[in-house]
Amino acid sequence: MAAILPANPMDRERGQERAKPGGRPPERRRVAPWADTVFSLLTHGAAWLTLALLVGIIGSLLMGAAPAIKQFGLGFLVSTDWDPVQEKFGGLVMIYGTLVTSLIALLIAVPVSFGIALFLTELAPGWLRRPLGIAIELLAAVPSIVYGMWGLFVFGPLLATYVQTPLQNLLTGVPVLGALVSGPPVGLGILSAGIILAIMIIPFIASVMRDVFEVTPAMLKESAYGLGSTTWEVVWKVVLPYTKTGVIGGIMLGLGRALGETMAVTFVIGNMNQLSSLSLFEAANTITSVLANEFGESGPGSLHQASLLYLALVLFFITFVVLAFSKVLLNKLKKSEGART
Amino acid sequence: MNQLRAGLLFAACAAMFSAAQAQDVTGAGASFPAPVYTKWADAYNKSTGVRINYQSVGSGAGIKQIQAKTVDFGASDAPLKDDQLAKDGLVQFPTVIGGVVPVINVKGINPGQLKLSGQVLGDIYLGKVAKWNDPAIAALNPGVALPDAAIAVVRRADGSGTSFLFTNYLSKVNAEWKSKVGEGTAVNWPTGAGGKGNEGVSAFVTRLPNSIGYVEYAYAKQNKMTYVLMKNANGAFVSPSDDAFKAAAAGAKWNESFYQVLTEQPGKDSWPITGATFILMHVAQDKPAQAAAALKFFDWAYTQGDKMADELDYVPLPAAVKDLVRKQWTDHVKDSAGKAVSYK
Repeated sequence: MAAILPANPMDRERGQERAKPGGRPPERRRVAPWADTVFSLLTHGAAWLTLALLVGIIGSLLMGAAPAIKQFGLGFLVSTDWDPVQEKFGGLVMIYGTLVTSLIALLIAVPVSFGIALFLTELAPGWLRRPLGIAIELLAAVPSIVYGMWGLFVFGPLLATYVQTPLQNLLTGVPVLGALVSGPPVGLGILSAGIILAIMIIPFIASVMRDVFEVTPAMLKESAYGLGSTTWEVVWKVVLPYTKTGVIGGIMLGLGRALGETMAVTFVIGNMNQLSSLSLFEAANTITSVLANEFGESGPGSLHQASLLYLALVLFFITFVVLAFSKVLLNKLKKSEGART
Repeated sequence: MNQLRAGLLFAACAAMFSAAQAQDVTGAGASFPAPVYTKWADAYNKSTGVRINYQSVGSGAGIKQIQAKTVDFGASDAPLKDDQLAKDGLVQFPTVIGGVVPVINVKGINPGQLKLSGQVLGDIYLGKVAKWNDPAIAALNPGVALPDAAIAVVRRADGSGTSFLFTNYLSKVNAEWKSKVGEGTAVNWPTGAGGKGNEGVSAFVTRLPNSIGYVEYAYAKQNKMTYVLMKNANGAFVSPSDDAFKAAAAGAKWNESFYQVLTEQPGKDSWPITGATFILMHVAQDKPAQAAAALKFFDWAYTQGDKMADELDYVPLPAAVKDLVRKQWTDHVKDSAGKAVSYK
């Protein structure tokens, strides 16, 4: 086939050039012998700069938090005091709030994202997949303050009127469940924050899940279908085991975002530094929210500011652990993918 | 020719830029007076060409920035104590007066219909008085139909000068509040939901039935919120108004010190939760030209700015206090040679 085609004129020229011995190669490469070194230094520098920034951030957080660390030690992590007037600080309320809101967000977001990914990869007709997938990814582009205001003005009242009040009427007097729904019906609190966070992390988790579901080899799925499996059996017994590490990586990504979210949470959580009940409708606080609210007016160099920085350090640690964990899982996914195909 | 023209243009631009730079005065701090400072700055810029750049970053940050000398003046809602001022080499002076107003949202109760005392207000914020028909509230309000509903307490989530005035007042009138919570821009609130900023609190109170919150007077007035009558130091129930704030400011001993928190001031017309907002400047000025520009601005604001403050529902200072402030400028704000910085 190739022989019939006329030879590429470029090839011919090059061939002719090569035939003529042209003497020494052009000297252009030697014009700047230091260029390679500079380029190499620049790229090295960029990589190290990032690391240096990270170390610098941790260092300055540690330095700022030092007075609080000295004063309260690790007891800070289990104390519920937060009293700027008496200068007694403990972070348990905010740490609890951060972890519980993120947990609620995951409990809601993971099944919903799984459903979205399953629908998009297995069930949706071809013409619907792209627009729907893009629409879900667009949710990630909504600024978090918009979610916060929507949560405060629209979602909060709905939650209070149609969920909390009926639940309270139903469960008053029931020992544990009654306590879970107690509190003033204002629509602010841990549950609202958790639900808003869930809506915010769904696009992240769903798009990762969809991407990893798509890498499942068609042969595996078709074989399962061929053996008479239902769609559910294929997804549950073939796709999910094949992609489970990737799915967990996506969930960790969502968790990392939920832990660090500030603006939307601060609007709907109620910002109360008390751990008076375990009710899901009780106002609470998260680390990011207390930082955003109190940093501006905390006295320069005061114990209050040091305690806020201590909290920031704790959050840094929590997110670091979550992201490191997800990185390890993602690496594992890559390896096992290589082993299977 | 083209090059020459470009060069001239560049030089002209540079000259204009540096001229503008030299006259720019920067200040930072309290958010409570930010609207009036911004309005003054705008009008001042139109009449003199000098730009005043005010950043509303919060009182704490304002104090920090003036200590670090990154701004020409700092602003704080809570006055600094005299020994603290001496330690940092600062002077402070008040600019305008404002009031904090408790607002409620209870069906059937109109603005100014409900009466509260400091004691009861403190008990509500302590969570001790938890229902609207509590005997303590009913005793103050004979004849008002109070609902049998839980009180939804709303307060500021962020540290703020408004909270400082409010908690300072509660500490003065409610012993239990003083021992359990105390006063400050941020305190350990025993109960309630926190809103961000005055707008956050007013949004919560307007939205939540049976709620109580506290906001600056301007917010209460502009949003037509249901304010309450407060019992003042003389035992009279007063409604929040410019005159009631003025009455509170009149009783303060400004000639002794500018450290004056105007809560629970005597006088039958005084609104009990009143406060002035303050400007902080260095005693020894490294850049006397900047200091002079800043003082000129405040001098102008004292003479020309009262109407603008009124429009924004702040209360201007009495003329006698303004004269005291001007005297302090001459006595205390000096350049490096020890000469008073002229503001005239």
